[in-house]
Amino acid sequence: MSTRHNIFTKIRRSLSISDADSARQTAMSTHLTKSNRAPATSDDVDIIQRFTTCATQSHASVTQIHDLCNLPDEVTRYLNSKGLPLSIRMGSDPLLQIAFRNHDTTSALKLLFGASDGSDRAALSHARFGIAESGALVLSSGPHNPTTLNFLPEYHLVAVCAEQLCDSLEDALEQIGRTDGNCKLPRAVHLITGPSRSGDIEQKIIMGAHGPRALHIIIVHASLPPYF
Amino acid sequence: MPQPYTTPFFRENATQAIHNAPLQQALQHVEEGFIAKRQRAVDACPEFETLRDQARDIKNHTLSHLDLYLEAYEKAVTASGGHVHYAETAEEARQIILDLCRRRNASTVTKGKSMVTEEIGLNDFLERNNITPIETDLGEYIIQLRGESPSHIIAPAIHLNQKQVEADFRRAHTHLPSTRDLSQAESLLGEARDVLRKRYFEAEVGITGANFLIAETGSSVIVTNEGNGDLTQTLSACHIVVASIEKIVPTLNDCAQLLRLLVRSATGQNMPVYTTFSTGPKRSEDPDGPEEYHVILLDNGRSSLLGSEFQDMLRCIRCGACMNHCPVYHAIGGHAYGAVYPGPMGAVLTPALFGIAASGDLPNASTFCGRCESVCPMRIPLPKMMRHWREREFEQRLSSRTTRYALKLWAFFAKRPKWYRFAISILAPLLAKLGGSQKRIRRVPFAQAWTQHRDLPSPEGKTFLQAWAKHNKRVTRR
Repeated sequence: MSTRHNIFTKIRRSLSISDADSARQTAMSTHLTKSNRAPATSDDVDIIQRFTTCATQSHASVTQIHDLCNLPDEVTRYLNSKGLPLSIRMGSDPLLQIAFRNHDTTSALKLLFGASDGSDRAALSHARFGIAESGALVLSSGPHNPTTLNFLPEYHLVAVCAEQLCDSLEDALEQIGRTDGNCKLPRAVHLITGPSRSGDIEQKIIMGAHGPRALHIIIVHASLPPYF
Repeated sequence: MPQPYTTPFFRENATQAIHNAPLQQALQHVEEGFIAKRQRAVDACPEFETLRDQARDIKNHTLSHLDLYLEAYEKAVTASGGHVHYAETAEEARQIILDLCRRRNASTVTKGKSMVTEEIGLNDFLERNNITPIETDLGEYIIQLRGESPSHIIAPAIHLNQKQVEADFRRAHTHLPSTRDLSQAESLLGEARDVLRKRYFEAEVGITGANFLIAETGSSVIVTNEGNGDLTQTLSACHIVVASIEKIVPTLNDCAQLLRLLVRSATGQNMPVYTTFSTGPKRSEDPDGPEEYHVILLDNGRSSLLGSEFQDMLRCIRCGACMNHCPVYHAIGGHAYGAVYPGPMGAVLTPALFGIAASGDLPNASTFCGRCESVCPMRIPLPKMMRHWREREFEQRLSSRTTRYALKLWAFFAKRPKWYRFAISILAPLLAKLGGSQKRIRRVPFAQAWTQHRDLPSPEGKTFLQAWAKHNKRVTRR
């Protein structure tokens, strides 16, 4: 503890702070409770269109389906269009479970569940939010949502509900962070904006660095129970 | 020093850099790439200037309550099952990391890009202790193969061209057929991806830095475009975050605001590809993630900058915009600075971390053109702070005798207006004569290094005050 003590002593000495200074404590509490947000930009364009434009600019592909039960078909269509084997890995996310509940195990599309060991070509995830201002998806880790699916497969397919699109980053973070009244986050919250890339060789942007080479976003129009 | 620390030879380094043709060619990418991309992103963001003000205020508030926010952060990390370690010095930080690695019997560790691990000289130290560090960011991986340090804080291999990278890969990846085609940047990236993929799974420990630490949630935040930082921290059993104490921000919302500025200022993106908030180790029912989560909070001289004329430097979010816009950086690149942090932010931070005696040339290597301050998203007055370092250097009698005498001579006249006017009234016509009809002086005694490359414009002959007096006389006569 002595190192910790030394650092705090040095900080307080540098800031010329005496021990009993309740005003500082109050200043901190005030700051922590106020919602300090960036200035909002007004935009009349439809939120789906705004999200789609930004996501496409970040080199993701975006499509919309009008019912959750169309998700297996869309996955099959996408894998075929990329010439990939008809196999997809996913977590046990409730939304995906509903989408695939009538899936025929003898059909051509093979489903794999659980975390990835790096051998999968494609994975499907459920994003809790999409952010219109940047085209970012918000995915959180949890028992039903392995983090490895977001990074190891070459092709990442992500379903996001149309009504879960929000305007700003703060909108999404506030909802993720304060679900139970306390600000507590899942172990990992990933904001993902387009496929992986690098600009480290002569500043040329090349897709497919360490993460997925392609990101396919499926916006789902479906009325769902509120916990989605 | 664990780093090849060559700041005392800054002048020699700079001269060499200017005559290094491949480096000069590579440096063009800085001007061509970063500046235009940032400008486009700023133009597309009408609230950018307001964001800068708010970001400055957020950081000022945090720094003046840093002890309290550190306590809040520590409490939140512990509550989520993580561990916080404090390190006053680079040496202490290295030792904590080594102990953690040894406890996990790690023979290799993967690393996400982190400038603070450069600052503490972590890689050399781990190697000396028989642990192999593996840099996973493409740029960092390339320079690790070359045994170099980063020449830019966000584009570590900006000083290299593609041909050099190809040669390095052929030299290092001898297990691959020598006939393979590496003529495209895509094939180089693909090769690095394959080679490093295995390494993530092998490494017991993954080390990342942090762009932000969030006090209200106890989270560490990293941003990458490659996804390497995420694989580093997800696939290892033990995730170690190394961050300096000023990385704290109070809330998620504060972090959101700084993120907007960071990415636009750094690469001109609206958002990086991956922004990850990590809070503690794997939870009991999680299918993946690290079993242990440790944060090392490094002071290394920062606490003594608080309350000083250099406190504003602690607002820095390491976007690199200052060096991207610096004419000195454009001319010499990052290695010439001889320190961990190059460019204008480095010129202010290096003397603070390693002492002005060894790094006095850095704050002097500026024309004070002010571009760095004009683009700094956190509104850090970089030129002003370089001037403070120059003052300290002068006070501590560290600058050369010639410089000191010249400054003293200047100060003598500057403080005595009558003497000053008298001296100038003699000098101005003399210099005007020297300039001749071209009004240019080709050689100035004691300043030949300056006139070697350009002429000195000569004065008009009369001083301003003389001209002003004459003008006034004319007006009253009317």
